[in-house]
Amino acid sequence: MTLTRDKKGVAGKAPYKVIGTRPLRPDGADKVTGKAVYGADVHLPAMLYGAMLRSPHAHARISSIDTSEAERVPGVKAVVTAADLPVIQDILTDLGEGVVNLRYTSNNVLAHDKVLYHGHAVAAVAATSTAIAEEAVKLIKVEYDLLPPVLDVLEAMKDDAPIILEDLRTTELGEKREGQTNIASHIQHRRGDLEQGFAAADIIVEREFRTGTVHQGYIEPHSAVGLYNDDGHVTVWCSTQGAFGIRNQVSELLKLPVSDVTVIPTEIGGGFGGKLGVYLEPVVALLSKKAGHRPVKMTMNRTEVLQATGPTSASYIRVKMGATRDGKLTAAEAYLAYDAGAFPGSPVGSAAVVILAPYKLDHLLIDGYDVIVNKPRSAAYRAPGGTNAAYASEAVIDELAKIIGMDPLEFRLKNAVTEGDRRADGPVYARIGFVETLHAAQEHPHYRAPLEGKHRGRGVASGFWNNWGGRSSVSASINPDGSVNLLEGSPDIGGTRASIAMQLAETMEIAYEDVHPRVVDTDSVGYNDATGGSRTTFGTGWAAYEVGLKLIDEMKRQAADLLEVDLESIAYENGIFSSNGDSLGFKEIAERIDESGHPVVASASVHPEEFGPGFGTHIVDVEVDPETGKVEILRYTAVQDVGKAIHPSYVEGQLHGGVAQGVGWALNEEYVYDDEGHLLNASFLDYRIPTALDLPMIDTVLVEVANPGHPFGVRGVGETPIVPPAGAVANAIYDAIGVRMTTLPMSPGTILEALWAQEES
Amino acid sequence: MADRVIVNTSINGEEATLLCEPRQTLLEVLREGLRLTGTKEGCSNGNCGACNVLLDGVLVNSCLVLAVEAEGRSVTTIEGIALPEGLHPLQQKFLEHAALQCGICTPGFIISAKALLEENPSPTEEEVRFWLAGNLCRCTGYDKIVRAVLDTAEAAPSVGSFGGETP
Ligand code: FES
Ligand code: FES
Repeated sequence: MTLTRDKKGVAGKAPYKVIGTRPLRPDGADKVTGKAVYGADVHLPAMLYGAMLRSPHAHARISSIDTSEAERVPGVKAVVTAADLPVIQDILTDLGEGVVNLRYTSNNVLAHDKVLYHGHAVAAVAATSTAIAEEAVKLIKVEYDLLPPVLDVLEAMKDDAPIILEDLRTTELGEKREGQTNIASHIQHRRGDLEQGFAAADIIVEREFRTGTVHQGYIEPHSAVGLYNDDGHVTVWCSTQGAFGIRNQVSELLKLPVSDVTVIPTEIGGGFGGKLGVYLEPVVALLSKKAGHRPVKMTMNRTEVLQATGPTSASYIRVKMGATRDGKLTAAEAYLAYDAGAFPGSPVGSAAVVILAPYKLDHLLIDGYDVIVNKPRSAAYRAPGGTNAAYASEAVIDELAKIIGMDPLEFRLKNAVTEGDRRADGPVYARIGFVETLHAAQEHPHYRAPLEGKHRGRGVASGFWNNWGGRSSVSASINPDGSVNLLEGSPDIGGTRASIAMQLAETMEIAYEDVHPRVVDTDSVGYNDATGGSRTTFGTGWAAYEVGLKLIDEMKRQAADLLEVDLESIAYENGIFSSNGDSLGFKEIAERIDESGHPVVASASVHPEEFGPGFGTHIVDVEVDPETGKVEILRYTAVQDVGKAIHPSYVEGQLHGGVAQGVGWALNEEYVYDDEGHLLNASFLDYRIPTALDLPMIDTVLVEVANPGHPFGVRGVGETPIVPPAGAVANAIYDAIGVRMTTLPMSPGTILEALWAQEES
Repeated sequence: MADRVIVNTSINGEEATLLCEPRQTLLEVLREGLRLTGTKEGCSNGNCGACNVLLDGVLVNSCLVLAVEAEGRSVTTIEGIALPEGLHPLQQKFLEHAALQCGICTPGFIISAKALLEENPSPTEEEVRFWLAGNLCRCTGYDKIVRAVLDTAEAAPSVGSFGGETP
């Protein structure tokens, strides 16, 4: 790990005492000893166990459901179907990584009149044991009228394609169109004059790309416990990225006042965007209501996770770019068609931003299509839509550089956006660190190291992610021993209790160990958006900064009282409150808080707008086995502008994780369907994510170009690192074997086919 | 209800008498029967290692072992790894190296790494990666996990035999 510093724009008093250090996480001991309670670990008295009946078909009309036999099984306490769900109108809600329509969510939670994908939930049972619930589920009789499925995004766009949602109409550049369709929307960004731009080019490259459906792959399956109490209050314990988002969805879907729903977030075993929306939560609440108000727990198995949650979009992407001989991009055109699964809402919007975001372009056109198909409803996945998009554009950038004969990093540098440039979709960049990542990559020993051996190659790619601010609230109080209790509402998926506590400690000039952060339920702290959009260390950290300032102000008041001086005369530095030569330590005042009669409490909420985008540049060396088509990652370096690394170990960890997921996406991962739309590889054996053997150590370079929009210069870091890997690996494969790969994953089979095609031509 | 069987076993050094159905896995009985929920379930078919425990000191996926197979044997779970004086060196190194993000895979990795170090107290990076290939982690890219295991071995070459109730 190397640190490059840029202090410009950092508020506060760098050098910091706490920020930039690597303390142990507060939840660490619980997590290495097995005490931490995750979703499936919740157990309540008199708890029942649920199981779900799922559709064996990809597309069918439900003509009848008979649950009577299941209801008669001894031990079965409740059976629910969509008939138990209230009727919902269109309600749009932003889960943090994209807007969803809750009418569709209701339909996804339990299929209404049609099943729309293999694994779509149809009915649920609660019983005294999981075994009984599973047996009873098999006794539910559903009659289906089969309909032809459509699985491919381009097929689904055709006029004669089977219609999946009868009421869907295309939103064409903001206007509703007439007529049934699978195209939910068409968006467009344009600038300049494309014809003129391409006319100015010496070289034009145009390519088509296809990418498969992939899953977030969190190791913890979804799990929820619901208690619909006798007084009408619903409590849900679940593993989620955003307890408030779950609360709001449950309240809307069950038509309950929001104050009648409490969500208690458990520890969460990975989310990556896939644990923002509800699946089991409304169902366990409904089951509990029907089962005499006993708590009901439901946990998915891995097959259910793969069949019915996640995934992210398969896509068709066409990219055309022109450049002059001396390496200046003149024009770019991109066409993106993303499948959304069974309901509108693919991440094509953010994909259309990512695809050209790193480059200065006077002439451009981007068209994006959101298309439904008979696959599970797509969910956000780390930098939603970005990996597919950058795979396409970074391959074309690489090809242009190769044709011109220019170093690929130099080519990017010539065209890289900087502060004041306009992003492809319009907004003007504030201070960003893209150029700094390119320089750091150029200077990295990896980029200069000779790469010897047959079938070996080196590739680079860059990537952008916009990040997110969102809303955060925290509350805090000071203990008589001088420590601070911090209540937050951001589920901690990768060390954010630590990174938030560190920002509070820095603000208050106290020790990190003196901050005790707790992630609490939706009744115990103000509203928080989800842990998503790379926003938690940024946004909730900012709220902690604000609450820290308020606590210090409050402590100054206490100091003034105790020293019997004017409040205005009190200064605070290094844990000491002083006034005209008299002073009191932070802890001394804290000790007297209880007797003074003024407990020190504060709360703060923020909704930051300047969240500061992230840029990354990755270097990868691969070796391709021409006999088997297998690609081995020999060396990997990820460079990223992280703003300010609060806890560098967890920042590095985000880069590592993004790279690993990106490499899995690049080389292995893909949903495999048969023609009828059955998912054939719904297990970790057949849907293969990278193991420790598939990856080398991943070197990281944290470039710190402070985000002027944050008190400590923080930028979101979690999502950017999954954007470049597929492009970087593809470019390395080209360098190794001279073949341009245009499909994801670049699995052994596709590599061999490409090699054979190359031999033939 | 299927007939129940009594299983006499030892769990983390304590004698335990379990009443279980013959079809139940060791994982299910640990989690649901004994509420030892530190052992995690990620796939229930032997592909993720989240459910790793030691059975007579041997690394197994508890989702692939029937509870009745524990008869007369000793089971070590993540709850039995810490030492009387504090965390096991592997647990400590996992924390120091930030080798966990979400932490759901961590119990499995620690159990698996303990078994490795018992067998091979000073493994190479390649050996660590090979041994841990049965444990999936989606968060960390394995870098810091591999470092934590290598560092544990380096700091105390005989660490594998610390703690736990393995014979
Ligand atoms: S749960 Fe046993 S290996 Fe995955
Ligand atoms: S830390 Fe999340 S799966 Fe390993």
